Amino acid sequence: MKARIKFRKYGVMRFIGHLDVMRFFQKAMRRAGIPIAFTGGYSPHMIMSFAQPLGVGVTSDGEYLDIELQEEIDPQDAVRRLNEVSVEGIEVVNFCRIPDDKKSSGMTIVAAAGYRAVLLESAKSADIPRAFPESWKEKMTEFLRQDSIVVLKRTKRSEAQTDIKPLIYQMRLEENGIYLFLAAGSEQNLKPDLVIKAFLDFIGEDPDSVPFHYHRIDVYARNIRKPQDAMAFVPLDQV
Amino acid sequence: MRKLALNDEILLKIEKPARYIGNEVNSVMKDKSKIDIRFAMCFPDVYEIGMSHLGIQILYDMFNRREDVWCERVYSPWTDLDRIMRDEQIPLFALESQDPIKEFDFLGITIQYEMCYTNILQVIDLSGIPLNACDRSESDPIVIGGGPCTYNPEPLADFFDMFYIGEGETVYDQLLDAYKENKKHGGSRKDYLQKAAEIEGIYVPQFYRTEYKEDGTIASFTPTDPHAKQTIQKQMIADLTDTYYPMTPVVPFIKVTQDRVVLEIQRGCIRGCRFCQAGMLYRPTRERDVETLKQYACAMLKNTGHEEISLSSLSSSDYSQLKELVTFLIEEFKDEGINICLPSLRIDAFSLDVMGKVQDIRKSSLTFAPEAGSQRMRDVINKGLTEEIILDGAGQAFEGGWNKVKLYFMLGLPTETKEDMKAIPRLADKIARRYYEIPKDKRSGKCQITTSTSFFIPKPFTPFQWAKMYDTEEYIARAAVVKHEFQEQLNRKSLKYHWHEADVTVLEGVFARGDRRLSKVILEAYRLGCLYDSWTETFDNEKWMQAFENTGVDIGFYNLRERDQGEIFPWDFIDIGVTKDFLYQEWERAMKGEVTPNCRVKCSGCGVMKYKGGVCIESKN
Ligand code: SF4
Repeated sequence: MKARIKFRKYGVMRFIGHLDVMRFFQKAMRRAGIPIAFTGGYSPHMIMSFAQPLGVGVTSDGEYLDIELQEEIDPQDAVRRLNEVSVEGIEVVNFCRIPDDKKSSGMTIVAAAGYRAVLLESAKSADIPRAFPESWKEKMTEFLRQDSIVVLKRTKRSEAQTDIKPLIYQMRLEENGIYLFLAAGSEQNLKPDLVIKAFLDFIGEDPDSVPFHYHRIDVYARNIRKPQDAMAFVPLDQV
Repeated sequence: MRKLALNDEILLKIEKPARYIGNEVNSVMKDKSKIDIRFAMCFPDVYEIGMSHLGIQILYDMFNRREDVWCERVYSPWTDLDRIMRDEQIPLFALESQDPIKEFDFLGITIQYEMCYTNILQVIDLSGIPLNACDRSESDPIVIGGGPCTYNPEPLADFFDMFYIGEGETVYDQLLDAYKENKKHGGSRKDYLQKAAEIEGIYVPQFYRTEYKEDGTIASFTPTDPHAKQTIQKQMIADLTDTYYPMTPVVPFIKVTQDRVVLEIQRGCIRGCRFCQAGMLYRPTRERDVETLKQYACAMLKNTGHEEISLSSLSSSDYSQLKELVTFLIEEFKDEGINICLPSLRIDAFSLDVMGKVQDIRKSSLTFAPEAGSQRMRDVINKGLTEEIILDGAGQAFEGGWNKVKLYFMLGLPTETKEDMKAIPRLADKIARRYYEIPKDKRSGKCQITTSTSFFIPKPFTPFQWAKMYDTEEYIARAAVVKHEFQEQLNRKSLKYHWHEADVTVLEGVFARGDRRLSKVILEAYRLGCLYDSWTETFDNEKWMQAFENTGVDIGFYNLRERDQGEIFPWDFIDIGVTKDFLYQEWERAMKGEVTPNCRVKCSGCGVMKYKGGVCIESKN
């Protein structure tokens, strides 16, 4: 029996890295008495996987982890119990049953993620936003009108020139930041800072001196109810 | 929301920002307008080390149970942040409130090892507090030290307003009450220090003067203030069962050294090994009630969510209820995926059985600490482990499927000869031979015997406090003798040998038995840039040598002479209960190679009986 947990990460918890958030949830499961299942062997560990790692410094309203349960638990009760043993900056917002098969796991079905990139007064604080310069709106249209947007993309193993344009599903200027809807998941993944860097390069600004804060809005899977629409997505807790 | 002391730009630039943001599960937040005393508790090393220390967790819990006190934590900033804080003049802050330490009433520093002394200066310095206690003003926090190194606090005398000698559970309340009282009546810093000096166990170094003889040894050590006591009585809690124990330890976000629930099963040790300071300091041995420990284990695992629990004590096999406790832990928690971390146990049927249950035999190793290679040497140090016991235990384990052994020894012990050094590899080889006696089809491949040696450092309040040490070259030469002899062994391919750095040993030796004149060396080393001396990557021996040279302090005086029976030691003003006469008698017995039975076999009248606790009052037949 499997369940998906959706949580928010904000405030000082943005400085806690992905692996440590995993450790946090492992301990939280025990404190909350969630009947999570274990692997076998001499050092059994919890059956738990995260959908999409989040970089240090980034906040989020839509983080997901899947767990396997030993027995049924009331979802509302689970949310309450987890929040009771949590800290400020990690809030569980949803707990739902998911199908048991491997192909439904969060890690497998992630296809896109939404972000808000907020321009800051200074890199010193993510809490003080700055209004966009007038010209950016137009420049963004031009930026997106290019045939290709080639950037140097680094992975753990290699560095390669990649065209990221096909991976930018949406990008627009909104009142409280730049909205980005980007490809995500194990096959194709685009990080928001790479897009912003490409944009700043395009408009002739030095990316290192224009500070941004990134916030993940949600993580999405393809909407299997609309198989013919390649751009139809739903949040991971609504598949 | 809490405002952090460090800005985002810094936090995203440094290694492991989680070290500095607080907010951990079970960390204590209070309304600072509603409390009287703010206490910053410091472990002067990096967060991962400091957070692993049980003593701090006990005091943190104990202080925060008081409504009028808010105790917070502070650790040494790592070198990356250290640099930034100096450049940008950011004052050191406490993790919980993120407020500057300078605003606190107390800065309490636990002093666990000599090589953290420059980190102590770093913490005081970054806090913006004058390094020398005598330069501090009314607005500076009271800097108080505690922990094992305070049994000879003299090398740090200049930097501390006071030291708390002994176990923290006894007089801290009195000390804090006196502080409140003094504040209420508008008393000065000096008034408070005088009041504190009258409390048992509290030592205020600026109220004492040391005179030296021409040869550099101490002529006299006398109080200069009417409030200061002639001797300081070690503080000790006679019954451990109804003392404080933190049921809700703070749970770090990042992986720390001791990432688990720690159950302290007993304090002290009955054995009386002559090199061991802890064995003398924490006498008498006191056990915790097993039923209480079971409750603690359940509560702490539940409150932290840790997936591992370990037992802590000296010589855990001597805990009388060990079998019951370990069996309980295994039955209760093994199915919940809780890992049970056993302390190193005497090898017998019971320990092999439980080890087999909680660890993967093929991966785990047996541990023996014979400490010396020859029986003669083991008699000198009063280590009751014989070759027969070791070979027998190893044999049993090998038959049970184990094939890895770790051995720990010391080099440079008093009276050590080449033969004693060579006995180390020979013992390792005998263990390997025992393994290969098992028929090929019944053993699992080759065995792996890993031997480590450290260099012996004489510590205050041990029978070896009179002993001499050696210089770096001599230590290296001794390790070379051992290494060479390893190559001569029949099973050399199954034997591995590691030895510890000699430079650090020399420094530790100086500070372990040093006096007040060393404060200036520590200060100079810190000025020259020494920091994190217990970390191999940051330890800089040349700078240390420079500091000794610049201050004209001679290492040889502290390390290279055997002390006379009549010599006044810098730590003689502390009374740990064990008498100097007893220690000297043990020193003489050591020279004759005579062993002394342990406390359960026969009381040797060490003097600690006066605390009326633990093993001294157990019924003996
Ligand atoms: S007084 Fe006797 S029993 Fe007590 S600690 Fe000393 S030697 Fe052991």
